[in-house]
Amino acid sequence: MTRSPNSAGMWLARPFTERSTQWFLGILTLAVALVSILHLALPVSNPLHVSAYTVTLLGKYLCYALLAVAVDLVWGFLGILSLGHGAFFAVGGYAMGMYLMRQIGDRGVYGNPTLPDFMVFLNWDQLPWYWHGFDMAWFAFVMVLLAPGLLALVFGFLAFRSRVTGVYLSIITQALTFALMLAFFRNEMGFGGNNGLTDFKDILGFNLRTDATRLGLFIATGVALGLGYIICRAIVGSKLGRVSIACRDAEARTRFLGYRVERVQLFVFVVSAMLAGVAGALYVPQVGIINPSEFSPLFSIEVVVWVALGGRATLYGAVIGAILVNYAKTVFTGVMPDAWLFALGGLFVLVTVLLPKGIAGLIRHRKVDTTPETPAGKEATA
Amino acid sequence: MSIRRLLTQGLIVCCLLLSSVPAHAQSSDDQAQTLLQALADSSYADKAGAINDIAKSGDDRARGWLDAFANGKLSRIEKSGQFVIVLENRGRNWTVADALTGEPIGEVSRRDLDSIRINNSLRRDLDGILAVIDLTVKDPARRLTAARALRGSIDDTMAERIGDLLKDEDDSRVRDALKEAIAIHQVQLGDVSAVSALSGSLNSEARSALTAATRSDDPELAAAAKDALKKIRQKLKWNHAAETLYFGLSLGSVLVLAAIGLAITFGVMGVINMAHGELIMLGAYTTWGMQQLLPGQPGLALILAIPAGFLVSALAGIAIERSVIQFLKGRPLETLLATFGISLILQQLVRTVISPLNRTVITPDWMSGSVMINEALSLTLNRLYVIGFALVVFAGLMLIMRKTRLGLEVRAVTQNRAMARAMGIKATRVDILTFALGSGVAGLAGVALSQITNVGPNLGQNYIIDSFMVVVFGGVGNLWGTLVAGLSLGTINQLLEPWAGAVLAKIVVLVFIILFIQKRPRGLFPQKGRAAEG
Amino acid sequence: MNVKRVIKLGLSALAVSASLTATAADLPPIKVGILHSLSGTMAISESTLKDTMLMLIKKQNAEGGLLGRKIEPVVVDPASNWPLFAEKARELLARDKVDVIFGNWTSVSRKSVLPVVEELNGLLFYPVQYEGEESSENVFYTGAAPNQQAIPAVNYLMNEVGVKRWVLAGTDYVYPRTTNKILEAYLKDHGVADSDIMINYTPFGHSNWQSIVADIKKFGNQGKKTAVVSTINGDANVPFYRELANQGVKASDIPVVAFSVGEQELSGIDTKPLVGHLAAWNYFMSVDNDANYDFIDSWINYTGNDNAVTNDPMEAHYIGFNLWVQAVRKAGTTDVDAVKDAIIGVSVPNLTGGYATMMPNHHITKPVLIGEIQDNGQFSVVWQTPSTVAGDAWSDFLPGSRDLISDWRKPLRCGNYNVVEKTCGGKEKVAAN
Repeated sequence: MTRSPNSAGMWLARPFTERSTQWFLGILTLAVALVSILHLALPVSNPLHVSAYTVTLLGKYLCYALLAVAVDLVWGFLGILSLGHGAFFAVGGYAMGMYLMRQIGDRGVYGNPTLPDFMVFLNWDQLPWYWHGFDMAWFAFVMVLLAPGLLALVFGFLAFRSRVTGVYLSIITQALTFALMLAFFRNEMGFGGNNGLTDFKDILGFNLRTDATRLGLFIATGVALGLGYIICRAIVGSKLGRVSIACRDAEARTRFLGYRVERVQLFVFVVSAMLAGVAGALYVPQVGIINPSEFSPLFSIEVVVWVALGGRATLYGAVIGAILVNYAKTVFTGVMPDAWLFALGGLFVLVTVLLPKGIAGLIRHRKVDTTPETPAGKEATA
Repeated sequence: MSIRRLLTQGLIVCCLLLSSVPAHAQSSDDQAQTLLQALADSSYADKAGAINDIAKSGDDRARGWLDAFANGKLSRIEKSGQFVIVLENRGRNWTVADALTGEPIGEVSRRDLDSIRINNSLRRDLDGILAVIDLTVKDPARRLTAARALRGSIDDTMAERIGDLLKDEDDSRVRDALKEAIAIHQVQLGDVSAVSALSGSLNSEARSALTAATRSDDPELAAAAKDALKKIRQKLKWNHAAETLYFGLSLGSVLVLAAIGLAITFGVMGVINMAHGELIMLGAYTTWGMQQLLPGQPGLALILAIPAGFLVSALAGIAIERSVIQFLKGRPLETLLATFGISLILQQLVRTVISPLNRTVITPDWMSGSVMINEALSLTLNRLYVIGFALVVFAGLMLIMRKTRLGLEVRAVTQNRAMARAMGIKATRVDILTFALGSGVAGLAGVALSQITNVGPNLGQNYIIDSFMVVVFGGVGNLWGTLVAGLSLGTINQLLEPWAGAVLAKIVVLVFIILFIQKRPRGLFPQKGRAAEG
Repeated sequence: MNVKRVIKLGLSALAVSASLTATAADLPPIKVGILHSLSGTMAISESTLKDTMLMLIKKQNAEGGLLGRKIEPVVVDPASNWPLFAEKARELLARDKVDVIFGNWTSVSRKSVLPVVEELNGLLFYPVQYEGEESSENVFYTGAAPNQQAIPAVNYLMNEVGVKRWVLAGTDYVYPRTTNKILEAYLKDHGVADSDIMINYTPFGHSNWQSIVADIKKFGNQGKKTAVVSTINGDANVPFYRELANQGVKASDIPVVAFSVGEQELSGIDTKPLVGHLAAWNYFMSVDNDANYDFIDSWINYTGNDNAVTNDPMEAHYIGFNLWVQAVRKAGTTDVDAVKDAIIGVSVPNLTGGYATMMPNHHITKPVLIGEIQDNGQFSVVWQTPSTVAGDAWSDFLPGSRDLISDWRKPLRCGNYNVVEKTCGGKEKVAAN
């Protein structure tokens, strides 16, 4: 049921024929290339020079954008409002963080070759079992996909099988991330408690504190975002995607037509969780810390707000929303530290009231609307 | 130790003198000045002696000085060396009165005052002494408090004196407490015969004394104490169970209060109101505001804050509904986005306008402390009131929803908006009133929470997620569900806490909710019929 | 601009040491970054520190600035978000090119900022008591290390109050964890049995203390004097103290000594039922000292609030700022490396009548004061160390750090030098130097 009748190649190639995807990939490539050139080619004194600080900042935005795309995939095209996607993001981040921790080796303050500093600090005498393997990059990178995927699989299996829908599903996703946050806060868990994982040195042998590594990470994030976008478009455009849209708009009807709704839901949910995990994994080396606050339910809600602000069920809207809100945050917290929450809160309210389809709605205004309208009754519970 | 004994000995004698015989010997002010000077200038170790001297002086102002000293309000003006009693000690300038004449002096800069310092052990000694004095007052309630306070903190001389007092004591409860006090003292001295007097006692000092006795070198005493403790533990078991249940109910009632407003705005209207927490916060700040308006009457202010808190939050709710939510009809999900923005604005508004710091909300006297059911089980009063308040609010809401025209209309509009409008119900008006009601109830929750937790800009954030959990666990749109869900989640949490610790208990509860929703995808009390598909 | 000219101007201005407004206006200002959360959960503690810094800078400018230049504060809001702390630190250092940063409150925010400050070679003054076990070349710790707060407090309880049983209650994060570990080791060294120590951790913002307080009461009923050593953080304290009062735990029976409760936290509590509970700090607002009264007066004037309170981290900023000012004067420049070298050994008066000296391990000397809570939300000092105590970056009571010392002077220049193995552990760049 989850397999498209088309061949795999067609399935993945389809997005490239779409106008919106072409535009998106074009702009993304251009932006990444431009930033890289401006960073590398121009001298620091040039006003157009893009500093390493800006590159990292943009890299962070792109990570958030990928996370927002993942959320939009399940919310916009599957009708599942996940208020806990931050959990998958953070789990991916922790997988990467554990790898980076192991890479520090004996350069920690206590000079212990195997134990990370925080374990020495708390008198642990050996590495917990779940930390093994993370010294190998390939293992860690597999875990970046596998850990959030598995979490989503188990959670989704339970939830979709018993047909938990609508707001109930939203709230239990929130419970999931909240429970994980509390768990990761516990120092006994062996993930560094509230301090989380920090003070990373290098990734794949490259020093994280050099500008070249930063640029590399930024480009990698751009590529990941592009790939993630293509995968999502491919899923959405495939038969599976049509079924998932059908689930979104009329779940019971789809079920009566003979589709195994829960399998479709599970598949899309797991893919989305993995994308979120990748976003988290790229986020951690760029911001230099992963800590349980990424599990905070408020963060997950904020991600949903980005998507809504950018325009739901468009994917590129999610990217716009994520970048815009976070850019606004960066600017406002520096320019008006005492009042930025007014500006941000006001922005949310105004956009909701004045731009019901988000910013993407503005762009799409002139074009033919390809996304089906969502019936209001459905949304009430979604 | 010996200093303390000496001190108490002396003090009891003269305090009794003070309390029984009206002042006859007014010592000269010079003498008083010298006494206080000695108190002020000696080190903590020597202060005991100075207290002793003051008490022995027979000056009838001594009690006042000692009281002020015990409360850290005895001061000396740096330059003149004049001793004063501080009446008001907030801000830069303090209001003081002369310690010798009692005449008010007015405001003195804090800089110019040297306060005469006291520490815990001196305060404890003084408390004991004041308690002995209180044993002779007329009011039996005060005598009882004094007698109870004496348990575990008496020595030989005091024991003797208490023995004398016991003969004239006619209140049986005071007698029991005094007897127990003496028995504890005797056990402490190693008297086996006294153990039996304590074997049924639930008092913690008695338990403390018995536990200490089990470590005694005297095998007979140790064995007797062990036996007595065993009996006490048996009794304590039930008390602990009752206590845990009470803790659970009280946590549960807090959850119910926080969630019940949401059960209306979210459960009944379908508005995902992320600003619910901030509406609670507004209620709490209203309580603070009322107390600022009525200084010195925290109790009255608290009572007035109940309608005021309801009104403030309800008005805020109406403002939110009119300015934002009404434009989002049929797009309830977007209410999440907009109200999230509103919650950020409200938080920052409080930070900017009032302060980013927590505000002090005073607990009125009738709400502080606890009701003693027995010696081992006391129910904290503030939480008892909150439980009662939660039930009253719940009952009130049920009444409104079931018995009034508004309730009928609300239910009609929720079930079938178009049909309700066709029947002549003004749906818009109902929307406003419902949202105002839900918001107002959030304000009530804030008033109650101000007595339990911080009143600060983050107050709302701490409760919003729990509130959503409770509503969903109970079943959206069902007020009974919210009540049962809140109380049971609270109780489960408190049952688990001694076993698992606070963090794990909370995690377990969350996992429980997740699993429970798998079993019953629409909560404890699912809505039935067509409304369920809404 | 010509650096030498600036220095010369600065020095000559210093010599004249009077009205410098003319020169000050011509030179580019010295930028001071202020990195404190103004929103989110930590705003409650950190926002006053921002105001403290603004007040200190204003005062310094009124006195003619520094090196003949005005000081310009650059305020940003990291919004209690730890990754944002790192980002904002980078913004301050890389974009705004600040000469020094004063900021952070939580350990995690410091850990988040630390790599950035080291990479970009900035200066960070950290004003809050913390768990120790850290020494960075670029960070100056003006708050208390555990040996400047926890150990003296426990000594006081053990020797002066006669406490035999201990409850170590804290919020579950690194500061309480470490402090309790150190205290546990310390207590056991002093013959306290395992069964006489109870350790309890609660999550941030914990508000339901009923069963924990009931447990503490039970633990205290065993016939030995019991005390609670509280490392409970910020917001969780109000409900904790409320519950203590309501369940009738009096300071004379089971005293609570807190390391994170100061005047500011008490200003949000009705303190009448708490009289007699203790706190250990290096500064109390009630300290009877003219410098302190002046500081309080200027704070009250600055905030325009007659009831504004001062607290220990504010004093730490006061000390830190003055140390930095002195070091800049001594070095004649705001250049980070020069200031880093110059500041070691600099002494400035603190607010409790003594002097704070910057030690080679980037910690300062502080007196330790134990205060009892009064009914007006102030503390009355009941005990204090006879002299100041130097902060110890690496605790002597933890097996991992027993042999480590920190000395940032030449030639050692090492934050974690192992005196047994004679090696400088960890960071390569340090080892290479």
